[in-house]
Amino acid sequence: MEHDPKSEKRLVGFAEDVPSLTVEHLSKGYRRRRGQGIVHAVDDVSFVIPAGTAVGLVGASGSGKSTIARLVTGIEKPDTGDIRFGRLSIAHAPHRSLRELHRKVQMVFQDPYGALNPVHTVGYMVSRPSINYLNMSSAQAAKHTEELLERVGLSPPKQFVDKLPHQLSGGQRQRVVIARALACEPQLLIADEPVSMLDVSLRAGILRLLADLQRDSGLSLLYITHDLLSARVLTDHILVLNRGQIVEQGVTKEVLQHPTDPYTKQLLDALSTPEVVLNPRTP
Amino acid sequence: MILLEAKGVNVVYQPGRGERIWAVRDVSLSLEEGEFVGVVGESGCGKSTLGFALTQMLQPPAFLESGVIEFRGVDIAGLRGEGLRHQRRRGFAVVLQSGMNALNPVRTIHHQIGDVLQAHKLGGEHWSKDAVHDRGVELLGMVGLDSSVLGRFPHELSGGMRQRAAIALALALEPELIVFDEPTTALDVIVQAALMEMIKELQRARGFTALLISHDMSVVLDATDRAIVMYAGRIVEDQGSMQMVQGGRHHPYTEALFRCYADPRADDVVLQDIPGSPPDLSLPDSSCAFAPRCTIAEGRCWHERPLLAEVGSGGAIACHLRGSSEESAMEGRQGGA
Repeated sequence: MEHDPKSEKRLVGFAEDVPSLTVEHLSKGYRRRRGQGIVHAVDDVSFVIPAGTAVGLVGASGSGKSTIARLVTGIEKPDTGDIRFGRLSIAHAPHRSLRELHRKVQMVFQDPYGALNPVHTVGYMVSRPSINYLNMSSAQAAKHTEELLERVGLSPPKQFVDKLPHQLSGGQRQRVVIARALACEPQLLIADEPVSMLDVSLRAGILRLLADLQRDSGLSLLYITHDLLSARVLTDHILVLNRGQIVEQGVTKEVLQHPTDPYTKQLLDALSTPEVVLNPRTP
Repeated sequence: MILLEAKGVNVVYQPGRGERIWAVRDVSLSLEEGEFVGVVGESGCGKSTLGFALTQMLQPPAFLESGVIEFRGVDIAGLRGEGLRHQRRRGFAVVLQSGMNALNPVRTIHHQIGDVLQAHKLGGEHWSKDAVHDRGVELLGMVGLDSSVLGRFPHELSGGMRQRAAIALALALEPELIVFDEPTTALDVIVQAALMEMIKELQRARGFTALLISHDMSVVLDATDRAIVMYAGRIVEDQGSMQMVQGGRHHPYTEALFRCYADPRADDVVLQDIPGSPPDLSLPDSSCAFAPRCTIAEGRCWHERPLLAEVGSGGAIACHLRGSSEESAMEGRQGGA
């Protein structure tokens, strides 16, 4: 897919001809630090994220969710199996094609405090991908950055471009992380627990932003979480992961309403939802 | 019998020559013996700072600007050195948010339990290695950990196990009050549910008074007898957890927090946020701090700060419209509609 930096009317974050992500028989093991043997972090996992859909990957810590994120973004190589994004093979990509991968697949991290360099301004961080990957001039990148900030709800953008991370609230920082991930106009966004470190009062706002971006730009979204509520709000399909294996999958609402796997039931039972939380009163 | 009573507590952060942040503002509360009380609110509402103030753990640049904190009738606010140690010895313990940061990374759990027992031993008490081991096994048993954990270092334990070890340390001196500051925040759902269940059982079985500080309304309402909602450094609501769950009259902020939750199994899931952000705590509040984010705020909310006033069933609410008398609450509803 060729990008035309001259086109002014490009919608921010717009992605054309989004391919689907295909993961086949993916396995990854880590050697134990002490003692013998290998931990099978990801064990023969296969799934497809059709173009423009939002898929949730849920499971408790240690279920292999984040390892899958690291494999799909090419940070780590699988032991066996294949990951393809359109024609691009992620699992077996030679080093030089990683650039194309990074341009198409971007990640939103869990910790908005750790994901931003404390000495760089918001404007610098959000404009770098446009300059590096889209070959924009600094003037174009500055304009693009303002559009991105506006898009993620940091408005007016002029108020934010010169700010340093410590001058922002947690929710604002996560919006900057999202804006930066969108800057090189990716086709697949991987969000690893993007709201787990934010206040509950901010969660719905960030989830709504991700849902809007996904719908409006036709992005594919892999949403990784242990929080079933946010998975329900954001995704069409979910995959339930336990000990590196997919134990249940399907339409999010159906899986949560009628879980068949004992582990999915255990995840649902662990929700502490007092009655008031089950039946929220309206104002 | 009241175990801890705080009156007019104000905590200020003053970094260097920077401006003063009034993190906790005129907070009064009392904890009954054996009571399980929760404190909820957004980050920066002063809930952790309050927990630290009540246990005399404030570190510069934070300090207790004014207020009285009585533990069993003794004002501990002015205590330093040996006097404070004496109160802490059997008085209170704190379980911090991240077990990893609360534990010493270069000492085994056995050594850390030994450290606590040695540091606070009473006159004539001697803790031999075997005695520490026996007490360690007993403490780990209480929190559902195997005795083999004694010989391990914190990095060899999972997040849930570390937090259990931190709770075992807190129990070592059989304190009368344990403050749990976000004990489950860094943990996943299943581990979190198991840990909260254990904390509830320990509290019931051992009868200590517990103060649970959390941003998670559902965790607090599930575990506690009474819940305190804080906003911008002040208590805006203080009610029995059952009353909170069952509905009734609430502060608009409490209601807004409720709407941030939903059951993922429901047919229609509507999740709301609370638009806007909390006020700048370096400024004084002469009006209701929540008014800018409130859906029912009206005239006097913008001019006059509501005081925490009792409502029926022993609770209290600081709101012009939802607090005070029944009539004004009705007027408030009509006015806000």
